[in-house]
Amino acid sequence: MRETDPRSIAGKIPAPDRHVPLVVVGAGVAGVAAAIEAARAGVEVVLIDEHPVDNDMMAMDVPLCFGQRMDGSVRNRALMLERVVESNPELASAHEAGVDVQLGTYVWGAFVNGPAVQELPAPMLGLADDRRSWLLGYDRLVVAAGARDVLLGFPGWERAGTLGAAGAAALLTRYRALAARRLLVLGSGALGLHTAALALDRGVEVAGIVEVDARVRGNAATAKTLAGRGVPFFPSHTIRAARGRTGEIESVVLVAVNRDGTPVEGSEREIACDAVCWAVGLVPSVELLHLVGARIRFVGALGGWVPDVDARMRTSVPTVFAAGDCAGFHQGMLTEPDVALAQGRLAGLAAAESLGARVPAETRRAVAATPFATAEVHGHWRAWLDSLIAAGGWEVNICQCEEVTRRELVATEPPRYLKWQSPQMSARSVTTLLRDGPLNQDQIKRLTRAGMGPCQSRRCREQVGLLLARAADTTLDRIPLPTFRPPIRPLPLKVLWPADEPAAMREEWVSWFGIPTQFSPHWTAGMAIDEPTAHARLILSDE
Amino acid sequence: MMADMAGTSGAAVVIVGGGVTGLSAGWWLARAGVDVLVLEKGIVGWEASGRNGGGATHVYSPFGLEEQRLWPQMDELLGYPTEYQRDRIGVALSEAQLALARRWAEIGETRGFRWELLDRRQLKELVPNVGDNAIGGTYLHFGGHANPQRTVQAYAWALQDLGGRIQQFTTVTGLSQRGGRVTAVETSRGTFGTDVVVIAAGPQTGAFADMLGVWLPLAPARVEMIATEPIPLMRVGGVAGNGLYGRQTLRGNLVYGGGPHEWINVPDMATPDHANTPLVRNLARRLAELLPGAAHVRLIRSWSGLVENTPDGLPVIERLARPDNVVIATMSSVGFGLSPAVGRAISELVRCGRCEFADLGALALSRFTDTPRDWRERVGWAAVPSAVEAAAGGDA
Ligand SMILES: Cc1cc2nc3c(=O)[nH]c(=O)nc-3n(C[C@H](O)[C@H](O)[C@H](O)COP(=O)(O)OP(=O)(O)OC[C@H]3O[C@@H](n4cnc5c(N)ncnc54)[C@H](O)[C@@H]3O)c2cc1C
Ligand SMILES: Cc1cc2nc3c(=O)[nH]c(=O)nc-3n(C[C@H](O)[C@H](O)[C@H](O)COP(=O)(O)OP(=O)(O)OC[C@H]3O[C@@H](n4cnc5c(N)ncnc54)[C@H](O)[C@@H]3O)c2cc1C
Repeated sequence: MRETDPRSIAGKIPAPDRHVPLVVVGAGVAGVAAAIEAARAGVEVVLIDEHPVDNDMMAMDVPLCFGQRMDGSVRNRALMLERVVESNPELASAHEAGVDVQLGTYVWGAFVNGPAVQELPAPMLGLADDRRSWLLGYDRLVVAAGARDVLLGFPGWERAGTLGAAGAAALLTRYRALAARRLLVLGSGALGLHTAALALDRGVEVAGIVEVDARVRGNAATAKTLAGRGVPFFPSHTIRAARGRTGEIESVVLVAVNRDGTPVEGSEREIACDAVCWAVGLVPSVELLHLVGARIRFVGALGGWVPDVDARMRTSVPTVFAAGDCAGFHQGMLTEPDVALAQGRLAGLAAAESLGARVPAETRRAVAATPFATAEVHGHWRAWLDSLIAAGGWEVNICQCEEVTRRELVATEPPRYLKWQSPQMSARSVTTLLRDGPLNQDQIKRLTRAGMGPCQSRRCREQVGLLLARAADTTLDRIPLPTFRPPIRPLPLKVLWPADEPAAMREEWVSWFGIPTQFSPHWTAGMAIDEPTAHARLILSDE
Repeated sequence: MMADMAGTSGAAVVIVGGGVTGLSAGWWLARAGVDVLVLEKGIVGWEASGRNGGGATHVYSPFGLEEQRLWPQMDELLGYPTEYQRDRIGVALSEAQLALARRWAEIGETRGFRWELLDRRQLKELVPNVGDNAIGGTYLHFGGHANPQRTVQAYAWALQDLGGRIQQFTTVTGLSQRGGRVTAVETSRGTFGTDVVVIAAGPQTGAFADMLGVWLPLAPARVEMIATEPIPLMRVGGVAGNGLYGRQTLRGNLVYGGGPHEWINVPDMATPDHANTPLVRNLARRLAELLPGAAHVRLIRSWSGLVENTPDGLPVIERLARPDNVVIATMSSVGFGLSPAVGRAISELVRCGRCEFADLGALALSRFTDTPRDWRERVGWAAVPSAVEAAAGGDA
């Protein structure tokens, strides 16, 4: 006869609060297109997006790097909701198509059964707003989560005013709440040029575009237009430091670099600005794809770790699709919004069809992936990192949350608050770890704490990876993808907790297994520390 | 003493598994001057040993006194920080919880340790984040906790400093036997000759016992933990209760686990991926109940780990009678805190065949001789067959 252990999780995870055939995460170009196509094909769709994001979260650089440059209006939630809706007219079309649009809603987890989890009644997402959390079950999932910012550290980057291009773009467009007057852009590809143009269009002065390469990257005509609008370009330059008398950036020091990335001494120039925006690249947001177990691999030309997808954007998990920037980001996509759009439509249709919806042949034909040219991007990031190290040195925080410097990272030093010193420890470093096998970012995170903070490594993931690759004399693709764990948004305990729990969850809760003999003193064999239960019949011999 | 070594890559003692049990054993052996090699299929401490609550308060165990004696010295002995902190506070939100906390304290008392009963006011003075829902607690002037990830690496590095070797990314696949002894271990990276084998492979320990024709009943399970952003340090970091174990780290994070486990199967040497479930929400709720003053704090991580349990929840630590050059060590899900002492015990079993400082009688394998093979089903500890297994027609 099969018994059930009442202290086990069996039967205790309730069905999700709601179940829908299709959930689309992300209401950017790709997600909205996916949702509309599926809804038109007759599928019930919930479309979720976190914007407008809570002000406290923005202050932590979550989900994008906003660099503390939000103006006071972001505190007005109703106004922000209005602006987010206004900035995305397609949302109205989605609504009209019958899509259930849920804004201001974080997807903080994705839970699926797998080799070590068999007790979930259905695949489900963990959702939350700023007050409470709930669970949403799905049959199909389209992840259209966009891309994240990539930041690199320089002396003074902890000061308010260091943004990422996606964060800056969100503040300029969706929120119309950028509190900066003079922005300096780091990186000159399509992303940098776009960011500068966007800033100018929105009345923000551009203090310059800095590029470590000898030539300006990106479209020459766009660059020329920007120059015509008075934007200075600084090719063969890097940033040496950001300055400010308070906690705010008031100016930056640029320095010219030689071909090998070393600074040209005496070439420093100080430039007044109140914001610095990293625009060297974005990385696909693969957190949710990782959590559902989709196969993810490194593609240098698509921003890094991306899901394997087929021609119709289906991942290796047959019920999960990926579209838009999260399926692979290349700067060319900024000038080709059709790429994300087409991917979204493909994914939406494929998901709908896999649910049994009938899609007319002409619709199917009309939706095709837009091809785009790509090139490896991480060599450029590495050139930036090398120049920053040469110009700014090793005593620069790489992880702001945990205050870990570049030097401490490669020396695998224990965190400063331990005040630990020993000759043995001093002899250890990334170099000695390399003798034991390939470097693993999660392992080094555990030792140094780089990436362990409340921003959930949004500001340091890529630079830690790059620095480890540099120390190991290898490339970023050789450093395994550091894991993502729920909650993928830092949410308060009182938001995450469930208002009600199944009675069995509360009544049978034990801190550890509830095996009556497990903690019984060995000198009193058989005496139980735990409250004895009906389950105390442990079979040690055949009865 | 090197009998029959295959090539130069073998060692006098080969340890299968680079968790705290194997690493501590290796470190103690290296301290005694023994040539030791630890084989680990992944990275040291990647499984339970790097994913646990860090609790080191097991005074009920035959190793309890040695656990309490060794921990305060570990940083110095190893030369690397473990973040060990002493003392524990038990918070009770109900009479039943208080009774349980008292039981723990009293077990300590019978072993000569000091503790105090706290009323709500005293408790709140020590732990301002507890709320009016607390009825009182216990203050143990013994026990403690450390940082598992730092500790694992400390063992590994200290072992290497003494000349011991660790080979990561090496999966042990078999044990060669000749003349009633194990002569070599077979791995994904070749064969390693040895005089003595220590099997400390966590949930996979049972598979190795099987290879040797020894019956070791083990039930693997998955358990989950959560971690918050840092908050200001509490006077005592070892605050637990309300069905949670855990601690405040020296950085300030609240790191807690507890609640229902999931029985699973570990069918081969590959450890299944560690996933979380919506249980993280229930853990968040328990933590906010335990420390209402921290209810606004943000959860930033969760994880799960696999542990193995014997039917009575007690470790098995034994030098086998046949083959007589094998030591088996499985900690039955309570092995982090005990690891300094257990490593010492294993080292003694390897070197002189018996443990000098503790009575291992209660941990002998013989207690399971009559345990039926289908014991997991009988006690309800069987895994729900996975979709894959079900499809394969297995009704495991
Ligand atoms: C500097 C800059 C300039 C740009 N200029 C243009 C332009 O001129 N024209 C144009 O069409 N596009 C522009 N874009 C947008 C860009 O083209 C995007 O690449 C494109 O919109 C791709 O859209 P997407 O749907 O893949 O991702 P996104 O538009 O990024 O949408 C993804 C959405 O998913 C949400 N999301 C992700 N994870 C979660 C979660 N866990 N929970 C809840 N919500 C989540 C995100 O917050 C985001 O709203 C610009 C972007 C930048 C950075
Ligand atoms: C969430 C959680 C909380 C816990 N809390 C506590 C606590 O507070 N206090 C406490 O004392 N204990 C706690 N424990 C239990 C404790 O972590 C374990 O008992 C202990 O870590 C066991 O260590 P080990 O070395 O025996 O096994 P493991 O840590 O499982 O190590 C075994 C190693 O062997 C390796 N291996 C397996 N098969 C092979 C093979 N074929 N070849 C090569 N290598 C192999 C594995 O990769 C693994 O690294 C907790 C456990 C978990 C998961």
